[in-house]
Amino acid sequence: MPSLPDMTTPNVADLAREAAQTASAHPAVPQPDAGQEAFSEMLLRLGDSTLILGHRISEWCGHSPALEEDIALANVALDLIGQTQLWLSLAGEVEGKGRSADDLAYLRDAWDFRNLLICERPNGDFGHTLMRQFLFDAWHHELLKALAASSDPRVAEIAAKAGKEVAYHLERSSDLVVRLGDGTEESHRRMQEALDDLWSYAGEMFIGDAKDAEVAARGIAPDPSSLRAAWDQTLQHVLTEATLQIPEGSFAHKGGKQGIHTEHLGYILSEMQFLQRAYPGASW
Amino acid sequence: MAAQTQPGVEEVWGWLSEVPDPEIPVISLTDLGIIRGVEWQGDTLVVRVTPTYSGCPATSVINLDIETALRRHGIEKLRLERQLTPPWTTDWISPEGREKLRAYGIAPPVDGTAADGVLAGRIARMTGTNLKIACPRCGSTHTEGISQFGSTPCKASYRCKDCLEPFDYFKCI
Repeated sequence: MPSLPDMTTPNVADLAREAAQTASAHPAVPQPDAGQEAFSEMLLRLGDSTLILGHRISEWCGHSPALEEDIALANVALDLIGQTQLWLSLAGEVEGKGRSADDLAYLRDAWDFRNLLICERPNGDFGHTLMRQFLFDAWHHELLKALAASSDPRVAEIAAKAGKEVAYHLERSSDLVVRLGDGTEESHRRMQEALDDLWSYAGEMFIGDAKDAEVAARGIAPDPSSLRAAWDQTLQHVLTEATLQIPEGSFAHKGGKQGIHTEHLGYILSEMQFLQRAYPGASW
Repeated sequence: MAAQTQPGVEEVWGWLSEVPDPEIPVISLTDLGIIRGVEWQGDTLVVRVTPTYSGCPATSVINLDIETALRRHGIEKLRLERQLTPPWTTDWISPEGREKLRAYGIAPPVDGTAADGVLAGRIARMTGTNLKIACPRCGSTHTEGISQFGSTPCKASYRCKDCLEPFDYFKCI
């Protein structure tokens, strides 16, 4: 049977560590500090989400319905990838294994990525892309506000910087969701379909696990569920104005934060990582 | 020995004020407010630079330009540090810098137009209270926003309803 990780396979790295420790022939593998591990994991979740979404929307470059929109999407992608650089650099620093942001972005495979599943959803049509962006921006904005008060000053300063950029992302995606939702019959239909399609991928943003609890206890990051109320309020406000119906279901696909991805991530990586895979170590 | 040949930090600031921004070459790096500190640490000159936007592709070019300029002035030991806190704000663009932007055709940032908060910006724009951005060409404030983003991450796209020209607005952050 294939050995791809799934929900029931224990973490491969843990198994390796266990095996190395019981085999006396091998030197002991140092146990990473559990708290630092949760911290670097949290940074990967954040940096991978901005990286994968940034890459996704960069796919629109040269294809958007209007020049201004093309430029705007490319700029949002640029902001997200710039933020990725900051988050993944810090993730490498906290991890302490000497991995750079580029190493993390280009030299890991799908099961080591920790992005939210919503970030890897295919772009669909322009409305679908904007709805995904709005759902993400509304969460991202709240998250960065909370992270700006992080007990770790390195996290706080990145969040304060990124928060200013994301305020513009949210302003833009809110505007367009209203314009298209409360637009023509056709644009309204497409926006409602996008919202219905994406709804089950939004819940993952608010589901915490033991690692989230660990960083929350240390005041590094908020408990994911604490961001829900403000997010709901933003959605209520914008989607009502957009004449769109908020879906009722509460089912949420999850797993991205633990490395269990949909089939789409591999395709993203094969394009994004092509150069480093074909020409390892290439730089310019 | 080295100490006797060290130029003062004021002189270094003067040199940096002659280094143009690579994207908007009419203003200098000091006009833009991204040089946050210049100091000697022993025999090493340390220059602290803050990015305008975290993904600004000009950042590496800016660092290269700073290094080139300072080496040309004979600085041998040099270290560039990235400073994120406090985050860059358009408030740091000098009054001269704002005038240069306007003359170049880019509307300078207007205080109070930042997207600060979920809906404040949109409500302000919908009620028309936010449309005070003057066309850099004819001076009319009868303008409208086209997109929150423009030709670089730091700009938005606007259009003048009087002279009908599109223009870049250096958005407030």
